[in-house]
Amino acid sequence: MTESIVSYKDVHKSFGDTEVLTGINLDIKPAEKVAVIGPSGSGKTTIIRMLMTLEEPTSGNIIVDGSNLWHMEKNGQLVPANEKHLRQVRGDIGMVFQHFNLFPHMTILDNCMSAPVHVQKVDKKEAKQLSIEMLEKVGLGDKLDSYPSQLSGGQKQRVAMARALVMRPKVMLFDEVTSALDPELVGEVLEVIRDIAKEGEMAMVLVTHEMEFARDIADRVLFLDNGVIAEQGPPADVLENSTNERLQSFLHRFRS
Amino acid sequence: MNTGNWQWDTFFEAFPLILEGLGITLGLTVATYLFALIFGFVWTLLSAVRIKPLRWLFRWIMEFIRSTPPLVQLFFIFFAWPMVPVVGFAMSPFISAIIGLGVHFSTYIGEVYRSGIEAVDKGQWEAARALNFSTGHKWSKIIIPQAIPPTIPMLGNYLIIMFKEIPLASTIGVAGILNLANSYGAANFRYLEPLTIVAILFLVLSYPSAILINKLERKMNRRFDKKEPTGSKSLSEEEKEGAVS
Ligand SMILES: Nc1ncnc2c1ncn2[C@@H]1O[C@H](COP(=O)(O)OP(=O)(O)O)[C@@H](O)[C@H]1O
Ligand SMILES: [Mg+2]
Repeated sequence: MTESIVSYKDVHKSFGDTEVLTGINLDIKPAEKVAVIGPSGSGKTTIIRMLMTLEEPTSGNIIVDGSNLWHMEKNGQLVPANEKHLRQVRGDIGMVFQHFNLFPHMTILDNCMSAPVHVQKVDKKEAKQLSIEMLEKVGLGDKLDSYPSQLSGGQKQRVAMARALVMRPKVMLFDEVTSALDPELVGEVLEVIRDIAKEGEMAMVLVTHEMEFARDIADRVLFLDNGVIAEQGPPADVLENSTNERLQSFLHRFRS
Repeated sequence: MNTGNWQWDTFFEAFPLILEGLGITLGLTVATYLFALIFGFVWTLLSAVRIKPLRWLFRWIMEFIRSTPPLVQLFFIFFAWPMVPVVGFAMSPFISAIIGLGVHFSTYIGEVYRSGIEAVDKGQWEAARALNFSTGHKWSKIIIPQAIPPTIPMLGNYLIIMFKEIPLASTIGVAGILNLANSYGAANFRYLEPLTIVAILFLVLSYPSAILINKLERKMNRRFDKKEPTGSKSLSEEEKEGAVS
């Protein structure tokens, strides 16, 4: 059995008095592709935001490549992680957002280069080379000097992917990356994700409403409902053969 | 004593004398403004500290300074501060004016910075975090380059507002144009011409500045509607320059 790259151990999350996640247990293997589906408000975004350190779990542990993400050891005791510890562990994780979050004051190339240069301290020439290669891979080799405002939504999202990929994360998170796009632009973004997935070595967690896509790309599909993982398994089992009623009625809305 | 009719002789005699104070007035403006720009940043930091009671205290102090007349603050710094036991010491009128007016206006500038920072989209902070930027780089590469340019017109406005308050410094003896005009008036028993000269000088300096800032504001608005580059130098540009040299 391979070691997990990410483990959620009884992770709970409350916002104020509402407990949104009521005990998440999840192991993700290196290179595993996990699709997360579920009704809006079921906590899909929250699950991956906790892994990206954008939300702190209320209780439980998240282990990334052997390190406890939100806790560190101090005098033999587990204490809440400080920013230094978070930075160390976070380096393995990358994320693509629903609304791209590109840096509007930088060119496309600089969007990709800035983190390798400033965070990973990669030599500038090398970072530039890597960024150009990555942008070519997502089909934007001709837009290096453009600014985000000059691109379509689909192009922006592809830049966002290149920007995250160039950091070579071990786990990449996708939060409904096509839901802010015009329908005709969804295809080009999904196509890029498929290519990335095919390359293999990186684990991917994809929150998505594209069921067809989830079936194609995922090794495992999770159905999130009422704050827990209500159903999980290979795509065919979850998307076609499940007897879970809530899941069936959820999926029903995607068939027309 | 003739106080009524305008005398060109007096005007031309007073003009060069008063003009000599222009350097002081402008120098004081620039120095005070720089002080306010820098100290404003301190307020921005202080009013964002994590510890709540401290944050309230700093915001209260800011509010207090803002709602007290600058003249009172100027007098305090110049006349009262040297009398304060242990920490108090005397400063020249020029330095006192920089600190008195600078601190007053820095509280406004601090608010401007804060509004600029708060206007930066939440997604930008999250992207900076997701890309694992250090706190320093997050501020210098992501937040400040987006927060400051939209506030430039506002900062310009405060420069003009501040410029018009600079004559307050004459009350503690800074030899700017108002002070010289006053001395001339006292010595020659004529105030009409010298004070008119002061008014003209202020008008000549602040009116074009106001127009300039207005233009800048429109330019910035256009730029930010389109979300175009904000003028900070890009990484790849830096590199291009590096390659040339
Ligand atoms: N920052 C927040 N503050 C308060 N409530 C939040 C916050 N983020 C998410 N929630 C709530 O948590 C629940 C789950 O949200 P989310 O993870 O975004 O769901 P999903 O991505 O599945 O639509 C929702 O009810 C949402 O309103
Ligand atoms: Mg969501």
